[in-house]
Amino acid sequence: MSAVRLQLEDVRKSFGQTEVLDGVSLHVQEGEFVSILGPSGAGKSTIFRLLTGAERADGGAIHMNGAPLEGRNRNMAFMPQRDALMPWRSILDNVTLGLEVQGMTRKAARAKVTPLLAEFGLAGFENHYPAQLSGGMRQRAALLRTVVQERNMLLLDEPFGALDALTRTSMQRWLEVMWKRHRWTALLITHDVREAVFLSDRIYVLSARPARVLHEFHVPLPRPRDGSARGLQEASAIEAAVLDTLLIREQAGGPHS
Amino acid sequence: MSEKASFMARTGPAALAIAGLLLAWQLYADLSGISATTLPSPTRVAQQAWIQRQALFDNAVPTVRATVLGFGCSLTTAFLLSILMDFSRPLRRALFPVFIVSQTLPLVAIAPLVVLWFGFGLVPKIMLVALVTFFPMLVALVQGYEATEKEIVQLLHSMGASRWRTFWLARLPSALPFFFAGLRISITYAVVGAIFAEYAGAAKGLGIYILNAKNNFRPDLVLAAVGVSATLTLVLFGITVLVQRLAMPWLRFEQEPSR
Ligand SMILES: Nc1ncnc2c1ncn2[C@@H]1O[C@H](COP(=O)(O)OP(=O)(O)OP(=O)(O)O)[C@@H](O)[C@H]1O
Ligand SMILES: [Mg+2]
Repeated sequence: MSAVRLQLEDVRKSFGQTEVLDGVSLHVQEGEFVSILGPSGAGKSTIFRLLTGAERADGGAIHMNGAPLEGRNRNMAFMPQRDALMPWRSILDNVTLGLEVQGMTRKAARAKVTPLLAEFGLAGFENHYPAQLSGGMRQRAALLRTVVQERNMLLLDEPFGALDALTRTSMQRWLEVMWKRHRWTALLITHDVREAVFLSDRIYVLSARPARVLHEFHVPLPRPRDGSARGLQEASAIEAAVLDTLLIREQAGGPHS
Repeated sequence: MSEKASFMARTGPAALAIAGLLLAWQLYADLSGISATTLPSPTRVAQQAWIQRQALFDNAVPTVRATVLGFGCSLTTAFLLSILMDFSRPLRRALFPVFIVSQTLPLVAIAPLVVLWFGFGLVPKIMLVALVTFFPMLVALVQGYEATEKEIVQLLHSMGASRWRTFWLARLPSALPFFFAGLRISITYAVVGAIFAEYAGAAKGLGIYILNAKNNFRPDLVLAAVGVSATLTLVLFGITVLVQRLAMPWLRFEQEPSR
């Protein structure tokens, strides 16, 4: 088994009186695709804010490659819940943003990104503004901006949440292919059960706020998960189990009723 | 829609409205028998303006100079202060009330005082133009910085960008639409501010021209000067619209669906 890249142990966070994370423990291994699934407002994005350093945890420990996570440079590439493309920058300049912040010259950054545009379905649109692109293309641009940073880990916060069902499905398939090719280590937030099962090696299901890990699911389906009959059957069994966990807890009024 | 047709569609109604107003004014002046020294007709104003064109031009030049210089000063100050205030919350808390109070000062009272303190030259005019145009731009900038999308700020933070870098990469560009909105409000005050300053004391300028024309019972020349000042404001307004288009080329694509 490969090494543990990210580890959260009993992480706690409150905003004033509002307790948001109530001892969250999870880990991600090198080259693994892990999803966090939970109801809206549970505290999923808050976990990412702790990881990127936008907020500090009140308690617990976060380790990256065995060392405590701290300081400005976290070595993680973050994709926010909304695509956060800058409307005033062309697609090319949006995609190179992370590299420029890292100190690369604009020219070198462009040279690095340009060969990847075709793979991300953005060739010919590099000089367009975000407002000229479809939702799916915007998400692909945001994802390209995330992966070119070549960080230890990808943090994806509901990357396809704003898309229509058809575009979303095709983006999920596309991401699965890309992930297989590049073997990114990825942590994905979603509240789409099917998406989580389709993309992940493992899934953590969170309770409603204050969030705790209710259950951890393994998804031992073969890849590529192109929707073959056998795979579909197993996938729906896991989906049903995940949904059960989410819904039963909801009916019981959550773990802290 | 072609560029030309859409331009007509946008400016046509305004042109019609102005033409209608002028026509009503002309008819009233002609038919009511009101004396030309009380209410001159638009054609008489235009005719006198043409005769006096040299004098009007000579007086418009100092007004334009005061306007542009005052506006430039105010723009620079507003920009620098907005940056300081964005970086320091205590400074913002300290300065904002002062600036709000500065906006409540009646120009009628302030203009003669500033002329008294700084003389009849260019300086008091620049100061008064700056006083009336400064605030809308400052408010627009400070508000614009605040309106930066949180996700973008968090994204830059995750990339390791410093506060200063985040300001240049995200907060400043985010403020542009707000800034231009403030600029358009300011610019309409600018010419009026300059004229007011001249009215309070000047050797030359549209303000002093208006004062003299009024004292000589020449409402036609007063109105001719008003026409010149309105034209100046419109031209300055047009320039800000042009500059905005150049500075924010992406705006075109964002507006398309809603129109
Ligand atoms: N800065 C803050 N101050 C106060 N409360 C906050 C703050 N940030 C988040 N919260 C609260 O924390 C809770 C969790 O927010 P979070 O954004 O992590 O939810 P989420 O699981 O990502 O939800 P969604 O699925 O809707 O994106 C919410 O109830 C929110 O109101
Ligand atoms: Mg969220």
